Amino acid sequence: MSGKTIAEKILSEKSTQDARAGDMVVARVDLAFAQDGTGPLTIRQIRNLGLSPVAQPAATVFFLDHAAPSPRKELSNDHLLMREFSGTTGAVISEVGEGICHQLVAEERAVPGMLIVGADSHTCTAGALGAFATGMGSTDVAMAMALGKTWFRVPESIRVLIRGQLGKGVYAKDLILHLIGEIGSDGADYKALEFMGDLESLDMESRLTIANMAVEAGAKAGIFPADRITRAFLEDEGRGDRFREVGPDREAEYEQTLEYDLSSIEPTVSQPHRVDHTALVKNLSGVKVDQVLIGTCTNGRLSDLEAAAEILRGRSVAPGVRLLVCPASRKVYLRAMAEGLLQVFMEAGGLVLPPGCGPCVGVHQGILGDGEVCLSTQNRNFEGRMGNPKGCIYLSSPATAAATALRGHITDPREVLP
Amino acid sequence: MKFKGRAWILGDHISTDHIAPGRYFHLRSNLPELARHVLEDARGDFASGMNPGDLIVAGENFGLGSSREHAPAIIKLAGVSAVLARSFARIFFRNAVNIGLPVVIVDTSFIGEGDEIEVDLAEGIVRDFSSGQEAHFPPLSPPLLRILEDGGLVEHVKRHGEIIL
Repeated sequence: MSGKTIAEKILSEKSTQDARAGDMVVARVDLAFAQDGTGPLTIRQIRNLGLSPVAQPAATVFFLDHAAPSPRKELSNDHLLMREFSGTTGAVISEVGEGICHQLVAEERAVPGMLIVGADSHTCTAGALGAFATGMGSTDVAMAMALGKTWFRVPESIRVLIRGQLGKGVYAKDLILHLIGEIGSDGADYKALEFMGDLESLDMESRLTIANMAVEAGAKAGIFPADRITRAFLEDEGRGDRFREVGPDREAEYEQTLEYDLSSIEPTVSQPHRVDHTALVKNLSGVKVDQVLIGTCTNGRLSDLEAAAEILRGRSVAPGVRLLVCPASRKVYLRAMAEGLLQVFMEAGGLVLPPGCGPCVGVHQGILGDGEVCLSTQNRNFEGRMGNPKGCIYLSSPATAAATALRGHITDPREVLP
Repeated sequence: MKFKGRAWILGDHISTDHIAPGRYFHLRSNLPELARHVLEDARGDFASGMNPGDLIVAGENFGLGSSREHAPAIIKLAGVSAVLARSFARIFFRNAVNIGLPVVIVDTSFIGEGDEIEVDLAEGIVRDFSSGQEAHFPPLSPPLLRILEDGGLVEHVKRHGEIIL
């Protein structure tokens, strides 16, 4: 038999059988979580099942991040339900203000080789750490919580071979937008993206951005091998002892290989209303914006805020533009505060929001008006995404977002970098 | 399983934001109320105009985006008997099976708006009585068909005590 991809290796280990692409397996899950948009239904499904509530309480987490703090009584009551369920079952609750589920899974829980399911499509973010992490619905995650396992179709994998280094003003976000633009929003449907090649120049925060958006190409997972950078990240987060190397077998079979020379990537945006509707920033300069959002599970980490602050330091946001900055977690918020980044944003005329999903899901804190245009560092720009189907959303890197806030129209960050 | 009803035609890349918009996030624990807004951002006339048993007939990549299971749940709650599409986004497809909403991958290009159609899941055939045309599709894999026939994943686990592949 030939060797195995990372996806096949992790699913083989967790199902204790020889799992190959196309097989259906039942596999033990190391972490199952839901957030406040999906958690209440997850809880109701667990209760419908009538079994003992959760198999592994310490590996069962409910995050309050999508409506944090709650803007409506219905959502406050959903939060109450999640707190009460966690209290009675011993499941972990992550409170309002702690941050976005995917950021907290990366900071506190994910390790190489884990099998993670989350009732949120961007659960694939944790693939940056060499885990097989995938988003599912509430019922799937309810079963994983109740039984400690669930079913998987072992995906075929696409190898993404990386060469070279990104140029100044170009970031991991530009690479993943470019990739999605090339293969399309269903280009990796039902499959795993596995990243390989010269990965040394992509630090953990860059990898998290890339893995986060795997689902925007339809992928079930986006996985990086666990290497020296993974080990250093885990050591910084206080769990270096849980590092293990994860990578594909030498003779692993990949369905196809996509190759990218990072030095040829340029600042890229997705245009309304499709993530795969990409264009180079330089070809869109002049598009006026009403709102700029820097944050979310895609780009709300410290290096993202640093890249934006580098452009905004000592300068002012263009008149008529609302700049919203939303750190992905309490830890990111505190570090950004200690580094003086939050001061930079506030002095530039921006507004710093509490850690959480904020305006990205259209619940609160920055809903667009009719005909308004937003440029955001988030991962999705579907019609209605930010609470109004008559709004338009462009997606970009934090540097492009900061440059755009500065000028009031879409701007290549290389024009304004100090 | 066999279904008959009128076709509602939708295009490609209908997202879960089209089906269950984020502005109704607060209604997610009130599915009957949320179902009044089903597909509001794709076809504003759908929720008020559809009859129980009608079918959704879409193009490629139906249900892309968020993992919100509320999307297939309100399609089912509205009374839709099955969703036919040339292709589905992964999470939506899985969610639909898990809650017992029949999903069929088939070339839908021959079906017109308002056509009377019939789907036979076991036989793997779609008949369009309005145009007289029909198309075949490969049946769901046996494990998925079993979950669907059991009425969804919760009922499946209740019946078997675990997940049976």
